[in-house]
Amino acid sequence: MNRYPLWKYILLVVTLIAATLYTLPNFFGESPAVQVSSARVTVKVTDAMIQQATEIATAAGVKPIDAYFEAGSVKLRFKDTDSQIKAKDAIQAKLGNDYVIALNLVSDTPAWLSKLHAKPMVLGLDLRGGVHFLLEVDMKAAVDKALEKTAGDVRRELKDKKIRYGKISKERDRVEVQLRDAETLVAANKALTPVLANLTVSPVSADGNYKLVISYPAATLLQLKNDAVKQNITTLHNRVNELGVAEPVIQQQGEGRIVVQLPGVQDTAKAKDILGRTATLEVRLVEDDQAKLTEALNGNVPAGFELMTERRGEGKSTPILVRKEVELTGENINDAQAGFDENNGAAVHLNLDSTGARIFKDLTRENVNKRIAMILVEKGVGEVVTAPVVRGEIGGGRVQISGSMNTAEANDTALLLRAGSLAAPMNIVEERTIGPSLGKENISKGFNSTLYGFLAIAVFMVIYYRVFGVVSVLALGANLLFLIALLSLLGVTLTLPGIAAIALTLGMAIDSNVLINERVREELRDGQSPQAAITNGYKHAWDTILDSNITTLIAGLALLIFGSGAVRGFAWVHCLGILTSMFSAVFVSRALVNLIYGYRRRLATLAV
Amino acid sequence: MIEFFHVKRDIPFMSYGKLTTAISLATFVVAVFFLITKGLNFGVEFTGGTVMELRYQQSVEIQQVRHGVEALKYGEVQVQSLGTTKDVMVRIPNIKDKSSAQLSNEVLNSLKKERPDVELRKVEFIGPSVGDELFSHGLTALALVCVGIIAYLMIRFEWRFAFSAIIANMHDVVIILGVFAFFQWEFSLTVLAGILAVLGYSVNESVVVFDRIRENFRKPNLRGKTVPEIIDNAITATMSRTIITHGSTEAMVLAMLLFGGAALHGFAMALTIGIVFGIYSSVLVASPLLLMFGVTRDSMVKPVTVKEEAVV
Repeated sequence: MNRYPLWKYILLVVTLIAATLYTLPNFFGESPAVQVSSARVTVKVTDAMIQQATEIATAAGVKPIDAYFEAGSVKLRFKDTDSQIKAKDAIQAKLGNDYVIALNLVSDTPAWLSKLHAKPMVLGLDLRGGVHFLLEVDMKAAVDKALEKTAGDVRRELKDKKIRYGKISKERDRVEVQLRDAETLVAANKALTPVLANLTVSPVSADGNYKLVISYPAATLLQLKNDAVKQNITTLHNRVNELGVAEPVIQQQGEGRIVVQLPGVQDTAKAKDILGRTATLEVRLVEDDQAKLTEALNGNVPAGFELMTERRGEGKSTPILVRKEVELTGENINDAQAGFDENNGAAVHLNLDSTGARIFKDLTRENVNKRIAMILVEKGVGEVVTAPVVRGEIGGGRVQISGSMNTAEANDTALLLRAGSLAAPMNIVEERTIGPSLGKENISKGFNSTLYGFLAIAVFMVIYYRVFGVVSVLALGANLLFLIALLSLLGVTLTLPGIAAIALTLGMAIDSNVLINERVREELRDGQSPQAAITNGYKHAWDTILDSNITTLIAGLALLIFGSGAVRGFAWVHCLGILTSMFSAVFVSRALVNLIYGYRRRLATLAV
Repeated sequence: MIEFFHVKRDIPFMSYGKLTTAISLATFVVAVFFLITKGLNFGVEFTGGTVMELRYQQSVEIQQVRHGVEALKYGEVQVQSLGTTKDVMVRIPNIKDKSSAQLSNEVLNSLKKERPDVELRKVEFIGPSVGDELFSHGLTALALVCVGIIAYLMIRFEWRFAFSAIIANMHDVVIILGVFAFFQWEFSLTVLAGILAVLGYSVNESVVVFDRIRENFRKPNLRGKTVPEIIDNAITATMSRTIITHGSTEAMVLAMLLFGGAALHGFAMALTIGIVFGIYSSVLVASPLLLMFGVTRDSMVKPVTVKEEAVV
């Protein structure tokens, strides 16, 4: 019988309403906004910032229309760009360098819609303008650096243990230590094995030639590469923050690549300059003479000293006086990891290279019971991350910083220390800049071609299939609604190829309806009653619709798996579109046909 | 009721089998010939290099821009118009020790000296290592699509159907590539996406016909017919749908080709050609192939075998 039970109609209405709700945000415009987010790992933006920023803006004479907290940043909405810029300047001046204050556009979606997680589609760079970089991490250099460090460790350890060694050579993926005889070989092996825990140390002796081969197991090598990429991403994050980009995308792609997308940025040269820059770590001595500190605080900094602030957790900081001479720089730090000290307190473990280790050893020997400051220099401004007291001489290049910090702070400090430099050099392998005018044009062209195509199909279908044509067009419209709702809901980034995929999907989706309509005509031709023709038409067409959509879906999935960039944007929309089109072509159109014809007692003909 | 294709008697498509196969073979050979002799004009994604899109306020002579860029001596540069007299595309090969930002700045500056009304709309730089990877990924995707479709059709139908469908559609792909090679249109990543989409789409077309053939084999009133007659009937019955569906999709794709601008041009072009050949190949290549592979009623309609009871 051509009647759906009530629940099916209700289901249909509910899905249509939901789809409309989630499509709606795309029709509200955007208004200028100021976005406040954290520039440093140790600074967290919280709800409290809403009030703070609002007060600053209001004090500057521009009251934000709306202020809210979203995904780690606070957004303030303004009525026009003038007040937006005014507010940005005011907030920037008040909050200082710990925060990134960026201009942004936010959607004017009403709050009740936002509460339902309804948001407009994310537009790709080709539609909104901006810069896209694909960076490749030089893995060979990362491995080289690690080998260099291992060679240094070996040298130092053997010297400490007073084991005589010959040449230490760095091969492609291993370090070789030449030794004099079998005895020293055994001794060296015994000394090095516990130190190089993650590495494979194997003694080789042949023809009076004794050597120790230190190689990286595959797991360690993989870890090394992953860490290199992760560290570079962290460093890039810190640098991009300086550009004041509202919504930067920095993520790993494949094994050793990093994608950086900066919407709205037009100046590629500046962006590249900043991405390539290094922040540095400096180790300096602290002057704890209270008299000198007081003097400095009064604005009279003694010669050879510098007044800085020391971070004390929970957003507090205290002034600290440090010497101007730099004892050690971040270049000598190989690695920094959060961990635990012997009392199970949170600690940061630094690993210095051989030069750094020697300097640090001397420095600590000469300054027992004094404080040394670890200073992170960003944007030319130094900040004391931590200033521990030296308890005794520290040799071996392994430094532990512990004290009054919790695990989270230890993690942050380790990150800060690591973030100063790149783990391995990076090359730009792909770069795209799209001007904002081109982005707007792409949107309108993509939209227009979809619209004209849709209209052409709609007119034809209505003329050719009459009532069934109208039903098909309505189903196609529902398909478009479902697809856009789904794209908005899932947060799939819409690109120009994505718009092309929407158009293509609509063009292909009509196939299912044509199959159904042709089938219904055929059943009528075979002499079936109108009601039976509808039932059988839909039933017979279903097999074909399923087969043809699945084969198309196979192609779509292959594109999704192997595509990159533009192709993937296309594939996402294409695959989702196939799913929504099956639903709307079969279920929506059938429900409409049932409503139109299913309740008529005497049905002589069908308008198909 | 409007009916474009109301055919009273089945069209004997299969009797043209030899002719259509010959035509296909000929076009295929021609396409391969152009692919070999002319080769594809690979886009910057595949070859590496820098592409700039410029817009002038007033219309500009392409020759003038070309001279301006060639004066910088970057090797083999390409300067072409992007549909209008104001939009120009400049393509520069990768040059060692020069970053793409430097390159694009130099080009823009020298062009600005001649005509200050030029605006940089888009820069795209692709390093040399990325291209090979895209190439291998593209081929893998193509292979995966073929395997996936063959597997699905073997499960739903039978091996003869699977292979005739895939051969017919790969023949489409080669012809599209041949056309791109002949006209030296740029073969970009989006064109590749278009081609793979076409592959999925025209298999869909073959599936509709195959579905009908299977159904016909099972129909009691067609029992007396020969295999070619059954195939003819299936094609004739689905013909109306074939034309209308493809007409609709083609309308959409043509809208993209006409109104989508330069960015969608290659994609829409690949689809336009692909859809036209898709109709042809699924009707006039896949079905004769099916016949050639020796499809019979038995290969589709499995005779019901009475299970033998285990004899104790």
